[in-house]
Amino acid sequence: MRKVYLDNAATTRLHEDVFAAMKPYLLEHYGNPSSVHSFGRQARKAVEDAREQVAAALGAEAKEIIFTSGATEANNLAIRGIARAQKKQGNHIITSAVEHHAVLDTCKALEKEGFTVTVVPVDEYGMVDPAAVEAAITDQTILVSIMLANNEVGTINPIAEIGEICRKHGVTFHTDAVQAIGNIPVDVNALNVDLLSLSGHKFYGPKGIGALYIRKGTKLDVFHFGGVQERKLRPGTENVPGIVGLGKAIELATTDLEAKAAKLRALRDKLIKGLLSIADTRLNGHPEKRLPGNVNVSIQYIEGESLLLSLDLKGIAASSGSACTSGSLDPSHVLMAMGLDHQTAHGSLRLTLGRDNTEEDVDYVLEVLPGIVERLRSMSSVYPGK
Amino acid sequence: MYTEKVMDHFTNPRNVGEIKDADGIGEVGNMKCGDIMRIYLKVSDDDVIEDIKFRTFGCAAAIATSSAITEMVKGKTIAEAWEISNQQVAEELGGLPPNKMHCSNLAADALKKALRDLEAKRAAKKE
Repeated sequence: MRKVYLDNAATTRLHEDVFAAMKPYLLEHYGNPSSVHSFGRQARKAVEDAREQVAAALGAEAKEIIFTSGATEANNLAIRGIARAQKKQGNHIITSAVEHHAVLDTCKALEKEGFTVTVVPVDEYGMVDPAAVEAAITDQTILVSIMLANNEVGTINPIAEIGEICRKHGVTFHTDAVQAIGNIPVDVNALNVDLLSLSGHKFYGPKGIGALYIRKGTKLDVFHFGGVQERKLRPGTENVPGIVGLGKAIELATTDLEAKAAKLRALRDKLIKGLLSIADTRLNGHPEKRLPGNVNVSIQYIEGESLLLSLDLKGIAASSGSACTSGSLDPSHVLMAMGLDHQTAHGSLRLTLGRDNTEEDVDYVLEVLPGIVERLRSMSSVYPGK
Repeated sequence: MYTEKVMDHFTNPRNVGEIKDADGIGEVGNMKCGDIMRIYLKVSDDDVIEDIKFRTFGCAAAIATSSAITEMVKGKTIAEAWEISNQQVAEELGGLPPNKMHCSNLAADALKKALRDLEAKRAAKKE
């Protein structure tokens, strides 16, 4: 059976060149970067080279990069680190309704420590309005955390503008750039951000490695203890093969970015056009300010998990914002924040393209999906008929 | 995560559809959770369930439990149908994932609602 992977926003296949770069650091150069001997020095050099690669990709300096286990840890480190470091200046944090749970839940946890959190709403496309962020800023505001591009609907936020507002008000600004790296240009100075989180496995790197960019002069409180690694902010022996892989992956992902994005956009637009030709469907997310590989549609009268299983039986890997697939009793908080009704949210289908996808993959989806939709609709208790 | 029986009922659901002049109709679930099941019954004068059909909006578990209960009930008497529980439907399918036991395992509730509708319609006819 044909296998088509269209869940690249969840994770990606490791790039062969990334694997090749990592392999020696698993088998031969296994030293601890903190050791003084040649094994250690070799590992140290690899870690610092990777730090240079990550910094170069972001337009940052190497000393502004901290390696973490992924974006969840980077988001926790950024938000809790800033909140605790600046609690004497204020107790107010601003975030948005469509953030990843790594940000939303971290902010929620801080409420228990006496911080107050304003969650700014989004428009029908899932976009944050910079004016709403500015209106929410008070003399108590210490941190704003808004994602660069949304993982579910692919909407790209006006981060540079929000960053400018934060700078004007002297508020630290963090962005979760997990979905953006390798898909759109990400430059920490152009974006006016003070902190930025990323994760290796979203751009053909290994799982279990990520990074946090911390603009020099930005102070974070420490809450992990046990070593001096990563400027004491992230103590513990470095994940050397992971770090080497992350460095290589970000270098590859940000090379020829526009050409790769154009290829994805062409596939994306063909897929969207084909899906919307099915009756009673709609596009979720912004029609233009959208990640090149993101497709998110709602298919009325059917439920997402049924759709995913049916697609899986045809070899197609996708995802949905339905309650059954979100791991909670409610449909996707992103789709609900955009104002979708429950049925439309339950019937959402996300297809995310990556470097391995071809036009044949898109054609195959468009070939099998109408039949699946018709079958599920014919069973549906809410389908009014053709 | 699903048993072979669940996947069998999901891919080849039994008794999908509506009964135009149904003797009893029962609908349970809500769109917030994402499961809505509707069961239609046709019952003979001597209380045998001659036909049963369903329509369901929901996940594979919701569709499979709807399909499974139609097979369990067809040809049974009303009294026997009243005895069927959600738990039995889940067992018939070789079990359901724990998180599906509450939200998607509603077929027996839909059946009971259809049976109550049947009783109400019969009572109305007598008057």
